[in-house]
Amino acid sequence: MAIKDLIPQKQAGYNFAFLDEHTKREVRRKILKAVAIPGYQVPFASRELPIARGWGTGGLQITLSLVGPDDVLKVIDQGCDDSVNAVSLRQLVAMTTGIKTTFETGRATVIQTRHRIPEEPLTEKQILVLQVPYPDSLRLIEPSEQKTRQMHAEQDYSRMWVYLYEDIVNWGEITIGARYPVLVHGRYIMDPSPIPRWDVPKLNMAQNLYLFGAGREKRIYAVGPYTQVVPLEFSDRPFQVEDFSGKTCFYCGSKDSFLDEIFNSKTGQKIYACSDTAFCAQRLKIQSAVREEKIVGPGKK
Amino acid sequence: MVPEKNNLLLEVKELVKVYGSQCSYCLKLTGAQAERQLCPECGSVVACNRISLKLHAGEILGVVGESGSGKSTLVRCLYFDEEATGGEAYLACYGEGKINILQENAQRKRYLCNYLLGIVYQNPQLGLNFNFSCGGNIAEKLLAAGVRSVDQVRQSAARLLVKTEVPVERMDELPGNFSGGMQQRVQIAKALAHNPPLLLLDEITTGLDVSVQARVLDLIRQLQHQMGIAMLVISHDLGVIRLLTDRTLVMKNGQVVESGLTDQILEDPQHPYTQLLVNSLL
Repeated sequence: MAIKDLIPQKQAGYNFAFLDEHTKREVRRKILKAVAIPGYQVPFASRELPIARGWGTGGLQITLSLVGPDDVLKVIDQGCDDSVNAVSLRQLVAMTTGIKTTFETGRATVIQTRHRIPEEPLTEKQILVLQVPYPDSLRLIEPSEQKTRQMHAEQDYSRMWVYLYEDIVNWGEITIGARYPVLVHGRYIMDPSPIPRWDVPKLNMAQNLYLFGAGREKRIYAVGPYTQVVPLEFSDRPFQVEDFSGKTCFYCGSKDSFLDEIFNSKTGQKIYACSDTAFCAQRLKIQSAVREEKIVGPGKK
Repeated sequence: MVPEKNNLLLEVKELVKVYGSQCSYCLKLTGAQAERQLCPECGSVVACNRISLKLHAGEILGVVGESGSGKSTLVRCLYFDEEATGGEAYLACYGEGKINILQENAQRKRYLCNYLLGIVYQNPQLGLNFNFSCGGNIAEKLLAAGVRSVDQVRQSAARLLVKTEVPVERMDELPGNFSGGMQQRVQIAKALAHNPPLLLLDEITTGLDVSVQARVLDLIRQLQHQMGIAMLVISHDLGVIRLLTDRTLVMKNGQVVESGLTDQILEDPQHPYTQLLVNSLL
């Protein structure tokens, strides 16, 4: 079959999903390699796009290469569906493909995200695409790419461990907030992108496929479904997620989601709200449905 | 102490290290006999010209020779800092002593360095990471050898610092704050951290003043008595060799010209170069 037979109808004057078919094929091949070697950074060409590098081009290229006419796309930025960056990316994909988009996590087949993993557990039918600014955890301790590649190859991770050890000695705990390094499948240390610690355990033995794209740094890596992902931790200093004990979401009252602190400069009041807006909205919808049911009574609408 | 034959720890056979293009005449036209290391045919430098040695468990073997005779290159090849051009090396505690460690892949070499070998360089800058605290430097070796408990790492590091006479309360300082002699002792502590059966010491006292030299040498002797680690001591200083070693190799122009018991070599040198070396001892 020739490539030209595969090309679907053009949308808005562009090829389906903006990129040409050869580019999409290259990205998909790199994704396959990344899935085959979990946690390993696969170099890819990283094309020019109508958005600047560093604004999610890595994730976008993965999304554009993956989506077909039947996919449903969700794009989030820091957990939020309607922040500027999420809206622009979503519109770009929608305009050049004509596919459906959604805010609901459960309905999406492909979710592109920056800095958060949705609270709602994902399924085997879903793919989460993460935008990555710095694909290598070892960059913290070694500026040279050539050397970090060699360190990965030889599994020479002692300096990463010393970094964590020194952190504990100096500050009493590991001070890395986002981008907490993880060990994938007992082999590669991987940068999970700047997700909070809260989201790191979601990577372990997840049902869905995680794809990571760094457009500026030209790397793709992946964590396949049901893959062991362990945060680096010492036996006597276990890994800890952010502590929200005693705090609840101002809107939906959630006690078990990642919360953003919102400060009102006029009143000086601090409130907390779910960072995952879709999760919050879903809860509010259920709550209002329950309320309605109580008032109106079941089946008497 | 004459070592028994059956507890061989390290055997090096015909190790060769050539810098440059290398031709078929390199090894023949250089060496102690030819009195040169630069191959006249192709201009390559032959740093190690078919060096063989045997080191027994718990033994200290000295390698002595003038600057540029290939002593350090030998050690660097054995610690894989440099890739040997040819030859074989076998370590009794690795693969039952049947695997040529020089031919292993990078990952296995990393394992050997992390678990079975220790090295102390002449310059602490090479052996220590000056961005990490001195405790962190020792921790690096422990963490590389798979220790994953902070408390255990700190206890071991403190114990090693006590052993090497570095004040434990300065454990979390950067090595840059220390004097040369202290840095060297931290480096020794680091090299000993994972309890290696073989320790490589490359000119460890050069550049230290005499009193500090004496203390470092004393430390090495003590550690050897307590822990029974086999050591390969590289030095151009016959005093150091006399103090530390049981047996000695004398190197010149990348070749071993004489070997035997240290006392014998110092009292009754056979090779003209060794005689010159012993005579020039102050």
